[in-house]
Order: sequence, then C-alpha cells, then structure tokens
Amino acid sequence: MRPNQPVLAVESLRTHFDTRAGVLKAVDDVSFQVAPGQVLGLVGESGSGKTVTGFSIIGLVDPPGRVAGGKVLFKGEDLVGASEERLRGLRGDRVAMIFQDPMMTLNPVLRVDTQMIEAIQAHDPKVDRKAALIRARDALGRVGIPSPDERLKAYPHQFSGGMRQRVAIAIALLNKPDLIIADEPTTALDVTIQGQILYEVQKLCRETGAALIWITHDLSVVAGLADAVCVMYAGRIVESGSVDDVLDRPMHPYTAGLIGSVPSRNRRGSKLAQIPGMTPSLLNLPQGCAFRTRCSHAQPGCAVEPPITQPVPGRTLRCFHPVGLAHAHA
Amino acid sequence: MTTDALRATPKVETPLRRFLTDFFASKLAIAGLVGLTLVVLIAIFAPWIAPQNPYDLRQLDIMDGRLPPGSKSFSGMTYWLGTDDQGRDMLSGIMYGLRTSLAVGFGASLLALMIGMSAGLIAAYFGGWVESLIMRIVDIQLSFPAILVALILLAVLGQGVDKIVIALVAVQWAYYARTVRGTALVERRKEYIEAARCLALGDRRIVFKHLLPNCLPPLIVVNTVLVASAIALEATLSFLGLGLPVTKPSLGLLIANGFAYLLSGKYWISFFPGVALLFTIVCINLVGDQLRDVLNPRLQK
Amino acid sequence: MLVYLIRRLLQSAVVLLVMSMLVFLGVFAIGDPIEILINPQADQAEIARARNALGLDLPLWEQYARFLVNAATGDLGRSFVHNIPAIDLIFQRMPATLELAITATLMGVVLGVPLGMWAGLKPNSMVGKSIMAGSILGFSLPTFWVGLMLIMIFAVQLGWLPSTGRGETRSVLGIQLSILTLDGLSHIALPALNLALFKLSLVIRLARAGTREAVLQDYVKFARAKGLAQKRVVWVHVFKNILIPIVTVLGLELGTTIAFAVVTETIFAWPGMGKLIIDSINLLDRPVVVAYLMIIVFMFIFINFAVDLVYSVLDPRVRLSDAKA
Repeated sequence: MRPNQPVLAVESLRTHFDTRAGVLKAVDDVSFQVAPGQVLGLVGESGSGKTVTGFSIIGLVDPPGRVAGGKVLFKGEDLVGASEERLRGLRGDRVAMIFQDPMMTLNPVLRVDTQMIEAIQAHDPKVDRKAALIRARDALGRVGIPSPDERLKAYPHQFSGGMRQRVAIAIALLNKPDLIIADEPTTALDVTIQGQILYEVQKLCRETGAALIWITHDLSVVAGLADAVCVMYAGRIVESGSVDDVLDRPMHPYTAGLIGSVPSRNRRGSKLAQIPGMTPSLLNLPQGCAFRTRCSHAQPGCAVEPPITQPVPGRTLRCFHPVGLAHAHA
Repeated sequence: MTTDALRATPKVETPLRRFLTDFFASKLAIAGLVGLTLVVLIAIFAPWIAPQNPYDLRQLDIMDGRLPPGSKSFSGMTYWLGTDDQGRDMLSGIMYGLRTSLAVGFGASLLALMIGMSAGLIAAYFGGWVESLIMRIVDIQLSFPAILVALILLAVLGQGVDKIVIALVAVQWAYYARTVRGTALVERRKEYIEAARCLALGDRRIVFKHLLPNCLPPLIVVNTVLVASAIALEATLSFLGLGLPVTKPSLGLLIANGFAYLLSGKYWISFFPGVALLFTIVCINLVGDQLRDVLNPRLQK
Repeated sequence: MLVYLIRRLLQSAVVLLVMSMLVFLGVFAIGDPIEILINPQADQAEIARARNALGLDLPLWEQYARFLVNAATGDLGRSFVHNIPAIDLIFQRMPATLELAITATLMGVVLGVPLGMWAGLKPNSMVGKSIMAGSILGFSLPTFWVGLMLIMIFAVQLGWLPSTGRGETRSVLGIQLSILTLDGLSHIALPALNLALFKLSLVIRLARAGTREAVLQDYVKFARAKGLAQKRVVWVHVFKNILIPIVTVLGLELGTTIAFAVVTETIFAWPGMGKLIIDSINLLDRPVVVAYLMIIVFMFIFINFAVDLVYSVLDPRVRLSDAKA
C-alpha cells in the first residue's frame, strides 16, 4: 500500500430503500476518503443517512435497503458488488464496526469470551481456543477493563453500559483492523464515560494506525477527536474539510447553524441560535437543495440541485450561497 | 437512519374505515370470511337445503347403508358423499352436523366470553384481594390443558348438549378473563379513567362505558381463536364418546361413527365430516389471524 | 433463589391439595360403581358388604380424609375393575404415554425449529410462506381426524405402517420401550406423528416469530459485523436466543401433550395412561380416574417447576433477577 493511498475512498455512494411509499434515498451521492491513522467525523442529525452510510461500506444494509450505485474502494478494492464471502472476510477483520447502543450489541445469552473467540476464529480458524482466549483477555485489558481474566467468563448483563461498550470496542480491535467505523458509540453513555471512551479509542487508533470513521451528531466530539469532518444533511454531504477549517469557518448555512446551536460557555448570555423547522422526511424532500426550506440564505435559485464545489483546496461544499465569514451567524 | 424517515405521512381516515381497508388487504382473509359465511349459512338453512332429514327415520333405508360417494338410492336420489351405516346421506348429515357443531361452538364461546369478561373487568377494576383470588383461579386453571379439564368435567357430568356447553365454558372463560384483565389494567392507568373517576361517575358506568370498549379489540381476536378451538374440542370430545349424545350428532360424532369402517376402506364416513370440520376451523383461523394483525396496535405502522 | 424455590414449592402443595379435593368431589359424582361391580341379582346384604369393603358407606368427608392419608403414603386406592392398586396400574401404563409424548415433542422440535427459522429468515420467499401456511393448517387440523387420515393413508391404503399397539418392546432398566426395536419404531411412527402435528405448528410459529425478532436486533448485526459466517450467526446467535421461549413453551406443553395423548392413544390403541382413563371413565372405575388425575396434576406441577429451573439455566438474565427477588 502506498503511504498516501487512502484506506477507504467512497465515491458517489447511493443507498436506496424501496418502500411502499416510494424510493427513499437514504444516502445520495456521498463521497469521502480516510487515510491511515486519520479520524474522520461524519456529522449529521438522526435520519441524515450517516448510519446507513456506515453500513453501506461493509455491505450490511438490510432489505428493503440496497446500495444503488457508486463505489466503496477499500485499499483500492471496490466493495460494492463484492461477494458476500469476501465482505464477510473483511468485516471484523480489516473493517470493524462499533454500534451505538452497547446494551443491544452484545448477545445476551452468550458469554463474553464466546463472543470474542468467535470473532477471532471467524477470520483465522487455525487459532486454538487457548490462544484466542489470551488475545481476548489482552484486548479487554487494553480497553481498560479491570481483571479481564474474570470478566471473560461473564455475561453481558453483568457489565455496565460503559463497560459493555468497552467490550464491543475490544471486539472491534481484536483483529487489528485497518478501518474502524464507530456509529455514535458514546451517545448512550454518561458524559464522563463518554470522555474515557473517546480517549481510549483515539489512543488505540493512534497505536495501531487504524483509520477511524466516527459517526455522530455531536460537533463537540468531532472537534476534540477528528482530523477531518463531513457534514451530512438528508442523505448528502453538504460540506467537508479539515476539522479546523470547517468548524472555524463553516461555509454551508446548515453547518453554521449546527455550530451555532451548540451551547458554549464563551457565548453565555447570548441567545442560543437554532435551525428553524424539522428535518424533512426523506420521502418528501424539497427539490434542489434539501436544506433550503430551513435556510435563511435560500433564494429561488436553490430549487436547482447545487453541485459539489471546491471553494478552497481540501474542502467541498454543496451550496449556492455559502456563509461568508466565520461566526457571522453564530 | 431511523424508521421515522421511512414513515409516510398518515392520511386522515376513520378507525372503522381503516380497519376495513386493512382487513380486506389480505386475499386469504377475504377467502376465510367468504368460506365462514358460507358455512354459517349452510348451518342455518340446513333443514331447507339438505337433500334429506338424516334424523327422520322414515326417510332412511338401511338397505342403502355404507354406499360409496355418488351412489344412487332405491328412490333414485344420489348420495354425493355416500351414506353411513344407517343408510343416512352423508351430505345431509354433514349439514345438520355443522348446525350442531357451530351452535355449540359459538354458543359456548359467547357464554364463556360474557363470564370471563365480567370476571376480568371486576378483577382489573377493583384490584386487591378480589383480583388476587380471580387471577389465581385463572392461573391454576390455565396451567391445565383444556382437554383435561373438559374430560374431568364430562366424566363427572355425563353426556348432553348442556353438559358439553358447561364444559366448554368452564374451559374457556379463563382465557377471556386473562385477556380482559391484561388490557383493562393498561387502560385503567390511562388518564381518561382517572378523569371519569374525578367526575364521580359510578363504578358500573366507568367499567361498561369506558373500560370495556377499549378492551374489545383483543377480545375479538381471542374470541375468534377460541370459537375455533371450542368447535374442535367439542368434536374431539364427541369423538371420544364423552360429548354430545347420539341423538344430536355433531361432526365429531359423524367422524367417530366412520372410524369402525375406516379399516375396511370405507373412508367417506369419516373423511367428509372431517373435511367440513377442517374447512370451518381454517376459515375461522384465517379471519382470526387477519383480525389479530389488523387490531394489534404493536404491529400498526 | 432458595426463598423463591420454597415459595414455589408451598404454592405447588396448595394447588395439589385444592385439586385433590376438586377431583375427589367431582369423581365421587360419577354414577355408583356398585351397580357395575356387583352381580345385578345380588341381594341387599351382599351390596352392603361390598360397599363396606370398598369404604363407600362412609361419609364423604371421611372418604376424602382416608383418601388424603392414603395418597400421602402413595396409596391411591384399588382399581374396582382390575383389582390391583390404581397407582400400579397407572405406573404400568405411564412409560408408554411418556415415550409417545416425548417422541412427539422431539419430532416437533427437530422438524419445527429449522422450518420456523427458515420461514423467519426468508419470510417473503415461497418456501417461507408455504411453511407458514402449513403451520396455520396444522393448527386448524383436529388431532383425532388427522389420526384417522394417517391410518387411512399409511395403514389401510399404502399398508406401510401398523396402526395399533406398541409392537415389539425392549426393556431398559425395567421399562418397556418401543423406540428401541424396528418393529416398535414402525408402531410409534404414526401415533407420534399425529401427536407431534400440533406441536410442530406451534414450534414453527415460535421459531419464526423469534427469528424475525432476533434478526432485527443489534447483536445479530454486530455478529455479522464481526465477520461471522451466516451459519454461525443463525445457529449460535439467533438459535440460542429463540430457544428460550421454545423450551419454555414446550416444557409447559409436555403436560398438554400427555393430556392430548388421550385422543391419540384411543385412535391408535396405544396402551398408555390416556387409553386407561377413557376406559376407566366408561367403566366407572373411580379409584383409577382419581389416581390418574392426581398423578397428572402432580406431573403438571413438577413440569412447571422444572421448566422454571431450565429457563434460568438458559437465560442468564433470569438468574440475576431471581436472586434479587
């Protein structure tokens, strides 16, 4: 692998759901890249298609959903249309995923060791149980679970939420993946636990050099963790770039609105900005720019779909009327 | 991506209309309803449409006994489904049998419904020791299979239409009581009951005007299932010789009559009443399945 | 846990006592056994002697008290007809019924779980829909009629399988079993299939519903995200989760199966307890009817108890909540 080749390059990915009411475009023309060791924040509200994007990458979109077009290049290999066996071989081995709700991700009737050993043996049947157990124990230790030897024998319900998420992370890291997709793994946890988990994941990624896609709706998490960020709205990436650029100088009115609605100590006393209206139903999107019905910058011309532009090198934008200056609307 | 986004905007429609649209969405359910209507009509009009009255001994000819389907009698009448050992036309026998089976099944279920519903409502509304007592009896009874309870009762009571109705009611009331109490408990906690109580409405009025209507959907579903099972149970008990007397032959008794001739290859005496029984039960179950899907709020999207 | 066990045991004892009273009172009302036991020409003195010998002349409550005391020592009276202890008679017949019921239950599970899981994994496929339609039919088919049809097809028309009796049996630890000989197997095939039919439909439904629910759970998706083979996801992650409700229901249903064996045994002349009870009701053999009912009640209570225990082994979450309770 050449040093600068991205681990993952998603190109014009489209994932559609065939529902009774029509085709629902959950992911619509989404493109982004992640390099080794890089952390990419995928930000958006619930229903913006960020989770489906994550599942589309590893081919886990359940019917009626289907990947309708585009490419998912993992180390140059297109995973769209790859055989199920090939995808299975990559999942959990080269590409790992961490889910949102730690209470639901672990199978309640299987012991933790069973769930860890099977993840190792699925990709290397030659590893015997003893060796797998040692690896599982070490993985638990690495994510900060005390007395991992005993905890291996426990059932998921004997762990707290935070501990369960650590177990899930340990499972994701078992096979030293090249790419980790973390789907809001801290949303369901207490703030202090959230901080610990963020710290652990960041450390572990740095140690192993894995690329990380962190799906979240929380801009403050992205600010502290990510190198680059993609902002999704209604199935599309409306803006992307490095974290510093995007958060300090948002160009898309939606990004600006998101940043403005984060409560901050620095702006205490001033009125909290908010984005008016609700996320539109994906079945009933406004024509053209999907955000225009909630956008203060909208003009009649926004009824035409805005193309992806590169206003500055390293940034992309889907907007005819970008916000000029940082903090202008904050 | 949550299901919220997948949800289409709801259209405004009345509950009844929505119920009917949902119900008739399934072809199987329509078929079941048509079949059930047919069976009920046959049962009601059996004396007028049956080729003969199988229980009028003057119309029977013992010489015509055990004729295979399609045979002609001395008098020129065709026995489309054959005859039994008494020379009785099976088609007519089945029509009259349906009458008995349906009457017993529906009647017993209705009676059980009323008793069970009252018990369930009383338990849910009053709570306390009344509830404990009623529900403990229900629990104990439901821990025994229906056939066993019915068997014991019939062993004690003997044969007869009234006896089998008592047995079926005794078996089934507990299911209704449990269903009603379960739903009523949920409803009781809701605000509108609270509001009705604050208005100082009488207990009876609250129970029957407010609590009961909200318990109806699950009751209807349970009722269809239990009617089918009452008909099947009655047939089984009659088959075992514990149910209806020979003078009131239900489908189960017709089948039992044919059992002895089955081994000599005279299949039709048992076969056709069984098909009629099966058809009836399948139709009720198809309707019941669809009702359950339509009325179950958990499945409503 | 211990407190819970003791409470359950006490509760069971009360149920047993209440049931014994109901059964005794109920059965007491079945006709007068003297009429069929004694020669119709017998004179009053002879009848009185017989009554006295059988304890039928005592007041009702005393008969019940005697019955209770005797029952506690394992004596449930003597069969009027067979003139041996009723309990012995039932224990003689019990292995045949248990063998039939257990074979039928196993048949239901072995066939029903894979079929139901298939229908749950592919609910919209032709096969999935056919399996479901079959299960609806299985629920609607009256057991006794299916039994007759099985005899008609496999015994009368095709002549493949025998339709009555247990066939050749082999003794294991003093218990006669049919499933150990080829002839016995051919004899148990039809009755077991007959009895299994309802169970099969039930298991298919439970397995299908459980599978449909399980595949939507995050833990199944997470298992797939770990790169597990579909086979392992289905047979470990889904299977172990749907097994809990199935085992519970089947355990509770074992009693129902034994009760329903009454019908199957009557049709196939299977010499088990079920046939015995029908015969005894017709012959007014009161001690046998009472003994049968008491034993059945006892079995039910035992089964419910055992299911609770198995349940707690299968579902680790239950153990915890019980410990708290």
